[in-house]
Amino acid sequence: MTIPGWLDDFLWTYQTLIHDLGINGLLALAMYVVLAVGQLSLGQAAFMGLGAYSGALLSMKLHWPFALVLPASCVAPVLFALAIGVPTLRLSGVYLAIATIGLGEVLRSVYINWDYVGGALGLNGIPERAETWMIFSLLGVALLALFLVGRSRFGRAMEAMREDATAAAAMGINVRRYHLMALVTSAILAGLAGSLGAHEADFISPGEYGFEPAVTILSFALLGGIGNPAAPVAGAWFLTLLPEMMRDLPEIRLALNGAIIVLAVLFLPRGLFGWRMKRRAA
Amino acid sequence: MLLTTHGLTRRYSGLVAVDGVDLAIPEGGIHAVIGPNGAGKTTLFNLLTGIVPPSEGGIVFDGQEIGSLPAHRRAALGIARTFQNIRLFSGMSVLENVLTGLHPRLPTGLLATMLRLPRFRAEERDAVASARAALEMVGLQALADAPADALSYGDQRRLEIARALVAAPRLLLLDEPAAGMNPAETQGLGELIRRIAADGTTVLLVEHDMHFVMELSETISVLNFGRLIFAGSPREVRSEPKVVEAYLGARLAAKLHAHAGTTHGQ
Repeated sequence: MTIPGWLDDFLWTYQTLIHDLGINGLLALAMYVVLAVGQLSLGQAAFMGLGAYSGALLSMKLHWPFALVLPASCVAPVLFALAIGVPTLRLSGVYLAIATIGLGEVLRSVYINWDYVGGALGLNGIPERAETWMIFSLLGVALLALFLVGRSRFGRAMEAMREDATAAAAMGINVRRYHLMALVTSAILAGLAGSLGAHEADFISPGEYGFEPAVTILSFALLGGIGNPAAPVAGAWFLTLLPEMMRDLPEIRLALNGAIIVLAVLFLPRGLFGWRMKRRAA
Repeated sequence: MLLTTHGLTRRYSGLVAVDGVDLAIPEGGIHAVIGPNGAGKTTLFNLLTGIVPPSEGGIVFDGQEIGSLPAHRRAALGIARTFQNIRLFSGMSVLENVLTGLHPRLPTGLLATMLRLPRFRAEERDAVASARAALEMVGLQALADAPADALSYGDQRRLEIARALVAAPRLLLLDEPAAGMNPAETQGLGELIRRIAADGTTVLLVEHDMHFVMELSETISVLNFGRLIFAGSPREVRSEPKVVEAYLGARLAAKLHAHAGTTHGQ
C-alpha cells in the first residue's frame, strides 16, 4: 500500500505537531494520575526531564537500541519519585505543589551546571527514533489501562480519597500507598513522554523541563478536567492545537492561552470535558 | 469483651480531650457513649478508628492491640464507622459509595483487574450484590443510582450506615446518628440499629438524644471532661448522681436531689 501524495505531504509538514499531540497526551495522563488521588503534585516536568536526559544519554553515549532505551528511561524518574515520594507525601495541597516545583528547579540547575549533559546548551544530535505509532500506541495503552482501573475498586478508592482522605481511610483504603503508586505511575508516564520527546526533537535543553512546562502540564488537566482519563488528553490536544491555529498572531498567543485557562478554571471547574466516568464494572 | 481501652489518653496542646479512659464494650448488642458537649466523645471515636493516634494508653480489639495500627488496617479488622458531620463521597452515586465500603474485602489485584479476568468480573458482580443488599437493609435500594449529594439529610445518614455496614463489620461505631432527624426518622433509625445488632454486629453509638440512647442501649459509658465517670445499664446511669451532675452542674443537681428527696417524703 502506498500513501497518497497529499497525505504524505500532510504528515511530513505536521509530523512534529502530531508527535506533540501524543507526547502531551502522555504528560496530561501523568498529571491526571496524581490529581485523581487528590495530590497536587507538580513534578511531571522534572520526571519528563529525567526521562529525556537519561534516554538521550543511553542512546548517544551507550548506543543502546531504542527498544531498551525507552523502558530504561523510566528508571531514573521512578527512583526520583520514590525518593521524593516518601518525604513529600506527608504534605498536601499547595505545600506539595511548591515542594515538587522546587525539586524540579533543583534538577534544572543540575543539568545547567553539569558539563557531561551539555550544561545550559543541552544535548545535541539525539537520534530521531520516536515513531508516530510508538507514541500513539503508548498513549492508547495508558488510556485504556486507566479506564479499566478507573472502573474497579481501585478507581472507587482513588475518587474516595480525592474527595475525603479521612473517610477513605475509615473505609479501609491505604491512602498513602495509593498516593505513592500514583506518583510512580506519573513518573513512568512522564519519563516515557520525555524520552519520546527527546528522540523526536534531536535536541534538548534544561529550560524545557522547568517551571513553565510544569504549569503547562497542569493546565492540560485543568482545562480538560479529571472526571475521566480522556478529558485531560483532550485538554492537552486543545492547548497543543490552539497555538497552531493562531500562528498569524504570535504576540497574543501566550496571553490568549492564559486567558483560556483562567476562564476554564472560573467557569468550568470540572473542565471542558467534565463528564464523570462510572466507577463499577458490573 | 470485644473492645477495651486502657488509660486511653489524647492531648491537644493544653487540652486533654480524652483522659485515661478505660472502656469495656462486650461483644454483641447496642452500647452507647454519652456526655455533655466537649466531653471527648468524638475524639474517643477518632482514637478507636485510628484517625488520631493516642498520646498514651492502648486499645484492644478482639484480643489484639490495635492502638498503633493505621486507620485502614483497623477498618480491615472489622471496625466501621459513620461520621457526626456526614462524610459521603458526594461526587459518587449511592451504590458506588456503598461499594467503596467493601474495598478491603475485595482481593483481586491490579493486573487481574486491568485484564478483566473472570475472577475480577465475579468479584465485582458479588460486590454490587452485597452493596444492593446493604442499601435494602437501610431502605435506599430505589436510590442506588442517584448521586449521593442529591439525597435528603436523613437518607444521607442512612447511606453512611449502609457504607459502613456493607463489609460486615464486627463493631459499628455510629457518631450521633440521630442528629438533625425528625422524630419519625429517629424512630426508623432505632429500628434499623436494632436489626443491625440482631444480625450480629456490635453497635457502639455516641448520641445526644437521651430518650433514644436509653431505649436502645444495653450499657452506657458516660464521659465528662475527657474522663469516664460512670458505666452501667441505662437504669443505673439515670439514677447515678455523678451523671446528673455532669449534665446539669453540681448546684442544680443538688437542688434536684433535694427536691426529689422532699417529694418522696424522706
